Amino acid sequence: MDGPVVIIDYGAGNLRSVARAVAKVDSTPVVSADPADIDRAGALILPGVGAAADTMSNLESRGLVDPVREYIAAGRPFLGVCMGLQALLDWSEEGDGQDCLGVVPGEVRHFPKDAGLKIPHMGWNTVDWLYDHPVTEGIASGSYFYFVHSFYPVLDDQSYALGMTEYGVAFPSVLAFENVVATQFHPEKSSDDGLRFYGNFIRWARSEDFPLVHPTFATLAGR
Amino acid sequence: MLTRRIIPCFDVDRGRVVKGVSFVELRDAGDPVELARLYDREGADELVFLDITASSDDRATVYDMVAATADQVFIPFTVGGGIRSATDMKVMLELGADKVSINTSAVQNPDLINEGAYRFGSQCIVVAVDARAVPGKPGQWEVFVHGGRTPTGLDAVAWSKDAVARGAGELLVTSMDTDGHLKGYDIAMLRAISEAVTVPVVASGGAGGPQHMVEALTEGKADAVLAASIFHFGTYSIREVKDHLAAAGLPVRPVRAQAEGHA
Repeated sequence: MDGPVVIIDYGAGNLRSVARAVAKVDSTPVVSADPADIDRAGALILPGVGAAADTMSNLESRGLVDPVREYIAAGRPFLGVCMGLQALLDWSEEGDGQDCLGVVPGEVRHFPKDAGLKIPHMGWNTVDWLYDHPVTEGIASGSYFYFVHSFYPVLDDQSYALGMTEYGVAFPSVLAFENVVATQFHPEKSSDDGLRFYGNFIRWARSEDFPLVHPTFATLAGR
Repeated sequence: MLTRRIIPCFDVDRGRVVKGVSFVELRDAGDPVELARLYDREGADELVFLDITASSDDRATVYDMVAATADQVFIPFTVGGGIRSATDMKVMLELGADKVSINTSAVQNPDLINEGAYRFGSQCIVVAVDARAVPGKPGQWEVFVHGGRTPTGLDAVAWSKDAVARGAGELLVTSMDTDGHLKGYDIAMLRAISEAVTVPVVASGGAGGPQHMVEALTEGKADAVLAASIFHFGTYSIREVKDHLAAAGLPVRPVRAQAEGHA
């Protein structure tokens, strides 16, 4: 896809870290809250840390919910990071409950509170790939990535999962379908493998392999 | 599996790392960015910068350092020292710090923890707890502020629980009794605090070698260990520490094969 890498600016705490990582592996990205920039993006990244309600209200107040939904529905390259993954699901139980973008069927739940787990899940944990994808190129299954989160995605349809991680529960730490990839971990804080992940995503977005038509996605048709 | 974190800590004065760091291959051992890159290559899981700059006139030096580090280092780092308000937190986080650590200011104004957690998320609010054993009362520790000089009358376990209830996402627990002695962390205090809270606890103060770290992570129930001089003076490399932890059965993130050791 032609066009710059655009990072959606809605006040997310990790915005600049994501921009720095993209600049390191590619070129300086466009950081913008302007729907016109989303429209011209060659690849779009939704960062995010913090609370689901803040994320959704910040996207709404900036008029970004529909542009992001439409961008994804148009089959264009999209990467969600951390809260940018959770925002893709239907609903999050964080706070009083929060409707999200509804791009991926499923919901976001709190880690079990009585399991003796320290929460947030903070630190380096392994990600096991369920299949090969252009974004996993050169990154071994079982590689370590940096996580900070208290809520995790629960999928209605497991075929959206690309990578799995275990913390008290086994959860999908990387989601993927057709034109969309999303990570619960922070590639921008995951040293060399994290930078490689961003580089892979951007290369894929511009390549003839995009979007990925994988047998796994057969069941997703019609969504 | 979630690994135990090994966290080198730097004291920074006017944007320069102080307290002598002896790496033969460094051109400039006081350059925080160069040191941070080296420790990233060596397998450090996070970094902590403690700003000890005395004069507020020199505050801009630490801002430059944080921005430069964030430009070139892609592992998480925490900045502590001199953070007294939510505005101070915002500046550090926007410059690229992943977490801010507050200590004296949290004791003086506990609502700062609530405000920071509300505005920026618990994940980036670290409360540093400096404490000493109360003489004659085993199992009790008192919180000190102003770099360990001022007693507060606060019980370290009670204060830790309060800080977490207010929204701290992590505790950095330093024993003023063991700090600097290289004879091991205060295991009893670590354990008492770690068992009392639901958030990760970083052990600090007293690491003389990898076995001390094993003790902090097992008996002390810490989730991460912080150390300064044993790394900076080259007594142990991060690889050696991680090898030792792995041999003790603790999960660690492996150091990349191409990483160089240091003298």
